[in-house]
Amino acid sequence: MDEFQIAIAHRVAEEQRHHSKGQFFWVWGALLLMTAIEVYLTYQNLQPVKMLTILMGLSLLKAGLIIGYFMHMKFEISRMKWLTMCSLVICLSLMMIFFPDALRILALGAK
Amino acid sequence: MAQTAISHEAPAVYEPSIFGTYSKKIGMWLFLMSDSLTFGAILFAYSYGRISTPNWPTPFHSESIVNATIMTAFLLTSSLTMVLAVRASADGRPAAQRLWLLATMACGMGFVILHGREWSKLIAEGLTLPVFPKLAGHAATGEFANVAKTVPQFPATFFGLTGLHMLHVTLGVVYLGIVALRRNFIPILLIFWLAAWLGTPATSPFHYGAHVLLVAAVVCTIVVWLKPKVYDSSDVEVAGLYWHFVDLVWMFIFPLVYLMSAKII
Repeated sequence: MDEFQIAIAHRVAEEQRHHSKGQFFWVWGALLLMTAIEVYLTYQNLQPVKMLTILMGLSLLKAGLIIGYFMHMKFEISRMKWLTMCSLVICLSLMMIFFPDALRILALGAK
Repeated sequence: MAQTAISHEAPAVYEPSIFGTYSKKIGMWLFLMSDSLTFGAILFAYSYGRISTPNWPTPFHSESIVNATIMTAFLLTSSLTMVLAVRASADGRPAAQRLWLLATMACGMGFVILHGREWSKLIAEGLTLPVFPKLAGHAATGEFANVAKTVPQFPATFFGLTGLHMLHVTLGVVYLGIVALRRNFIPILLIFWLAAWLGTPATSPFHYGAHVLLVAAVVCTIVVWLKPKVYDSSDVEVAGLYWHFVDLVWMFIFPLVYLMSAKII
């Protein structure tokens, strides 16, 4: 890396030294706890749609914790956070356009 | 004709990045965003298949769910050890950095081994794909064999999704191995390749899949030969981003593929 890049990398490393180690253990514990809740709910015989909603909600929460704390996105500048996350969420959301077609096939009674 | 001399020796003038960080990290984020779309597309395709297929099977017994839960715990723990490796490298503690990286690799290998064992068990029970080698003199007749016959989308999406993820974890372990041990990791990687290749029967998909390690060893040799260097804290942080991403993807595969297909008695 050139000197300018090295200087930025040093600044980023310096910033990381100020993050408490304890918060990483808290995040790890929360992720394990949410996983345990997911497994517990699996055996509670919930309606599939309700079950899927809860599981996806917990998964999004876990993803947020991983991206925010483990991947340090919480500590990046706003421009980095908004540009990367918004573009990703928009692109992934666009894929939902196919779901009505899946429901149409189901309604047709195709085997 | 006047000749214009262009000097390439002049010191470059850089503007600060609009993202406020170094370019290597931005590059990794861009790669991870594109990889998210790959996994996103496959997960959406899985969901599409599941919605449009009446009577989607839910064959996973508690044994599979417990196994997948332990695998999840391995990945989550590996993320913790990875973040501690990044912290150790930022603090300038190379010994601790290497130790945490090795711990992360051990958790990743634990995940792959558990997953490989589960794949082998499911294949032996009849959940298989036409591309997998046939087991001579063995015709599975159980529940999984029936699932593979009646809903072929199930094994196709299961092996497709989990296989792509397993490949990412395996390559992540190799990546961390190079960052932690540099060229010393290459002979270790070759030993892993031989063990995986010769230690699995020819009827196992891992017998051929093991060659991924050989390809990885060749690529790593070229990389460390072309650009030998001591990996600094920025390299560890960028490797960490990749590793956490692998963990992140599993947070969606685990509930969608395993928990939503659990057999409730």
